Amino acid sequence: MGVALTRAAQWTAAGIGVGKLEFTPLNISLLNSIIKFVEYVSSKHPQEAALVFREPLEWKSNLEISGFGADYQISKRTVVSKETVDGNPLLILDDSTGVIKVSTFSQLAKLLEIAQKEKLKETQACLEANRDPIAKILGPSFATVEGEDKSMLRLLEKVKKGDEEPEAEAQMKLFLLLQQLDMQLLNTSLQKISQEVRLNPQAIKNDVQLLQSFSGEGDLTVLRSINYTSEYEFSNGCRAPPWRQVHGDICYLIINTHDTETLYVTCNTAGVYLNGNFVLQKKSTPTRKTQKAEVPTNEELDQTEKFSEYQDKNKFERKKPPPKPKTRDIKKEETSFVHKALESSHRLSIKDEKAQLKVQDTKKIKKEKENVEMVAARKYKCKAAQEKAHLIQRVVSDGSEELSESSTESEEDKQDMNRQQESGTDLPSEYWQIQKVVKYLKGGNQTATVIALCSMRDFNLTNETCQLAIRDVGGLEVLINLLDTEETKCKVGSLRILKEISKNPQIRRSLAELGGLQIMVKILDSSNKDLKCLAAETIANIAKFRRARQTVRLHGGIQRLVGLLDCVPTSAHLTAEQEKDIEVARCGALALWSCSKSKKNKDAIRKAGGIPLLACLLKSPYENMLIPVVGTLQECASEPSYRLAIRTENMVKNLVRNLSSESEELQMHCARAIFKCAEDEETRNLVRTHFGLGPLVKLVSKSDNKQLLAAATGAVWKCAISMENVERFKHLKVAETLISLLIGQPEEVLINVVGALGQLARDPVIRGAIRRSSGIGPLVNLLTGTNNALLVNVTKAVGECAVDPENMSIIESLDGVRLLWSLLKKPNPDIQASAAWALCPCIENAKEAGEMVRSFVGGLELIVNLLKSDDIEVLASVCAALAKIAMDEENLAVITDHGVVQMLSSLTYTRDDMLRQNLADAVACCCKWGNNRVAFGETGAVAPLVHYLKSKSPRVHRATAQALYQLSFDPNNCITMHENGVVKLLLNLMDSTDEALQEAAAGCIANIRRLALANEKARYK
Amino acid sequence: MSRIRPLDMSRKQYQQLADTLCKLTKRFNRHEVQCLMKVFSTLVATFPEQRIAVGLDRNKFRNVLHTTFGLTDDMITDRVFRVFDRDNDSFVNMREWIEGLSIILRGTLDEKIKFCFEVFDLNGDGFISREEMFHMLKSSLIKQPTEEDPDEGVKDLVEIALKKMDYDHDNKVSYADFEKAVKVDNLLLEAFGSCLPDSKSALAFEEQAFKKNKDD
Repeated sequence: MGVALTRAAQWTAAGIGVGKLEFTPLNISLLNSIIKFVEYVSSKHPQEAALVFREPLEWKSNLEISGFGADYQISKRTVVSKETVDGNPLLILDDSTGVIKVSTFSQLAKLLEIAQKEKLKETQACLEANRDPIAKILGPSFATVEGEDKSMLRLLEKVKKGDEEPEAEAQMKLFLLLQQLDMQLLNTSLQKISQEVRLNPQAIKNDVQLLQSFSGEGDLTVLRSINYTSEYEFSNGCRAPPWRQVHGDICYLIINTHDTETLYVTCNTAGVYLNGNFVLQKKSTPTRKTQKAEVPTNEELDQTEKFSEYQDKNKFERKKPPPKPKTRDIKKEETSFVHKALESSHRLSIKDEKAQLKVQDTKKIKKEKENVEMVAARKYKCKAAQEKAHLIQRVVSDGSEELSESSTESEEDKQDMNRQQESGTDLPSEYWQIQKVVKYLKGGNQTATVIALCSMRDFNLTNETCQLAIRDVGGLEVLINLLDTEETKCKVGSLRILKEISKNPQIRRSLAELGGLQIMVKILDSSNKDLKCLAAETIANIAKFRRARQTVRLHGGIQRLVGLLDCVPTSAHLTAEQEKDIEVARCGALALWSCSKSKKNKDAIRKAGGIPLLACLLKSPYENMLIPVVGTLQECASEPSYRLAIRTENMVKNLVRNLSSESEELQMHCARAIFKCAEDEETRNLVRTHFGLGPLVKLVSKSDNKQLLAAATGAVWKCAISMENVERFKHLKVAETLISLLIGQPEEVLINVVGALGQLARDPVIRGAIRRSSGIGPLVNLLTGTNNALLVNVTKAVGECAVDPENMSIIESLDGVRLLWSLLKKPNPDIQASAAWALCPCIENAKEAGEMVRSFVGGLELIVNLLKSDDIEVLASVCAALAKIAMDEENLAVITDHGVVQMLSSLTYTRDDMLRQNLADAVACCCKWGNNRVAFGETGAVAPLVHYLKSKSPRVHRATAQALYQLSFDPNNCITMHENGVVKLLLNLMDSTDEALQEAAAGCIANIRRLALANEKARYK
Repeated sequence: MSRIRPLDMSRKQYQQLADTLCKLTKRFNRHEVQCLMKVFSTLVATFPEQRIAVGLDRNKFRNVLHTTFGLTDDMITDRVFRVFDRDNDSFVNMREWIEGLSIILRGTLDEKIKFCFEVFDLNGDGFISREEMFHMLKSSLIKQPTEEDPDEGVKDLVEIALKKMDYDHDNKVSYADFEKAVKVDNLLLEAFGSCLPDSKSALAFEEQAFKKNKDD
């Protein structure tokens, strides 16, 4: 009932706190249904009704004590039910406040009985006080969440697991009952709401326009015509005359259909009526029509879209009625029916192709004669034309599709195109043989078909020429047609071929365009396990591009594929059947792996219950099973929900185990999964407790496989975010290995290596190790790179290294600080911030820091100007750097000249604690020059700073106290502070254990006090 | 065991026969054997014009294959009858019926290979020759009236099949060839025509035969 309550019930406008249910008919009916439900539960389901709520429902009741009967213990001020659980009464009413607490449904029902006429009011009060009763009844994990709802699954799992928890079953039943109620409530309220919906002119106009676009002469249209009776449209959108508009008429339509006589229709705000026989058809009529209209539309578009030659031919075939075959036993042979239909046009297509080939041959000869330039030019033209055609096709067919499924589509396309260009230049002998075999496929009964299918497998189907030959002679259509027959053998044979040739990207597209995926998804329901395997494997091959993945999802493929995963847990002895089940699961996982590259598919897999199944398969000992399973998980781990599941379903353990597998591919996927999941702290700890860090380090030292290396170093990077892991890594001496990887690796590896070093360098020992294995040089060199992600990591790593003074001297000698400083000029805020952070330890630890900073021409102006950034992280890092810069008096003078005081003051109104801390630091440091203290006071920085003391962060307190101490040397500032109540706040902070804070606070108060004393003295003089 | 008259058998004889057959086939349990015997008796009895029948004659048997197992090719069903009829008396008797069914319904791959090979080996000489293949595939392609040589396609198909299965290159397919080819590619089991019931109709038959009899 949670959803119904949040969505359907009409609450008063008050957004937060206790809202009131409005007194509307809808709400009353809702309340009545809920009352009925409570009574029904307690009478029909006593067991569930006795289930004690996790938290009692609590509300302010108007019931009189006297109303309670013998079941209750009535004292002066309270009523307590005699029924108790563990000594706690199930109902408590406190008369003085009127608050009532109820813990079971049976008590609720009794209460309603007592309430009699007040029933409605009590229920209303109860629901108003408990906006999400389910959460209280069944526990917070069942709180109503907008959108999808996993609570059911969770509960189911609980029930599955637990004999130890008998309560779960009752809970489950109760939950189901509540859900039922929810649905019922929603349905009734929907009915009520829809009664009130009325038609408006705009809606009708849209419908008419839509229908008009599908009408005209010809077979493919829905209607012959649809027109208004009047061309004149009033300003309110109606076309009916004003005296009819009073009655709600909007317009009148004349509709010519293909199969009935002309219809006259009146559109009224109350609905659409057919004139003459006055049949009331609610709004459903036009919508139904539009639905009908959709089918031919697709077909229509389909047919106009068809560009390529064979598709044209195909269309031609379809239009021709298939000649009736004359063999005796034809009735039983569904396959041959299809074959024969195709056969008739087949001869035609062969002729066509022959002609085409001749043309190509002559072209070839010519080509040889032409000079090289011409060839190149023609090739270019050809490519451009292809690209264009392809583009148009994609634009037309993709028009309706949403663009959610990001990723590498365009790259895939380009790849396809390049390949397309290569083909079609010369025709090998296989082409003719394949053409012949396809002919028998088309024109044979199932025996001939099977022979043809078997012989087709003898061709080298991995060869692109053969793959394209099959497509070019129209083999794909036939193979897909075969999938739609009843013949298992034909299906198996066809799928075996499709499985192979669908490895070719062009074939993939053609198959998807020919509607092959839909049929294969259907085959997943088959009882034949071989067929299921083959279909899933083929889907796995085809679903390598976005639209195919979408098609699989839209036709319910994800659910079916997830269904395939459900095989018996692996045991030592397997029957042949079980082995097949495992094979089916493997193929299912393969297909899901391909599909999981789309975000929506990831959601679909989760919703179909794929995660526990994947977790189960992850325990499998078989490598060929593990690769697709881990691949899928790894792909999905980009979603937070999956990361959570991987952690909670105890998958980390198995991922770690497989890091030490034989297969490099499996190792890579595991490392990638850990890389993605280790964003989460608990997962990082799990990796360590399952002894995963050792194997990771081992992988890092294998430098021949770049992908594996990138994955492993990525995992090390993310794991190293936890200091405990860094400790472990220190023992494993990973830093030395990583440093050896700083040179000569591709960028994807470098980013991770440097990221890992940056995290590891937080440990002083590792900082030293980096220096000793001469890692500083390569790191500083990388500062000149261009890759943004790499630069962010490099700056961080250099910054961490610079904390060590010895490292710093090397960085200085390599001119690293200048490089860092110049990165401040990059437009990317991430780089700016990370460079500014890195500068802090550099300035702090450099020997002649002030001199060095001054030597950067225009450097100080640059960094001060970054205070105009919008990015909080940039601002905070720049403040921190400015605090360090201001240590040097001369530099402080320069930045003061650049207007740093004004800019810092303008930032003081921030609410971000990190920025506050660094800002206060910077203010404290900048106070030490000239009349900056006064300037801060004049620019209004003091009052907001005082309020920082109310923040929760002790670091902010310290920095602020120091800033205030500095500012308090100016009497005017003291007055402002005092006005803002600083004394009380500082006094509160003085019992802190932080000495710096204590000192600053005390100093500040001393300054204020001194001013007051001086003031008094002056007065009494 | 040559002549069995199922209709006139005494109850004892009947039970004995069931026992022997049960031991013989091993793939059916006693109950199933009895059920199949009952089916057989019913089938024999449904053709009143041959009351003195000793078993299923060619036509009746082919009818059974056609209606229950969906095997439609006359030539193939004819051959299946021949293979079932081990003693060549032009009737399929009770024992042959049960033994034959045990192969086509529950046989191992090896048994099925043997069975199919016997079906396809039209003249029973232990080889499937070019001519035999041609004969069996004759009607498998749709003839185009415009084609110069209507049999060209079939001939071609025979060559394809031969290329696929004739491992020892003697221009005919021996049992060894056939076995090897099928082991490589299961689809070739019924290369020259369906002679085994598909899984659906087999399942339907078993269900009907074994279930119907449970009731009585």
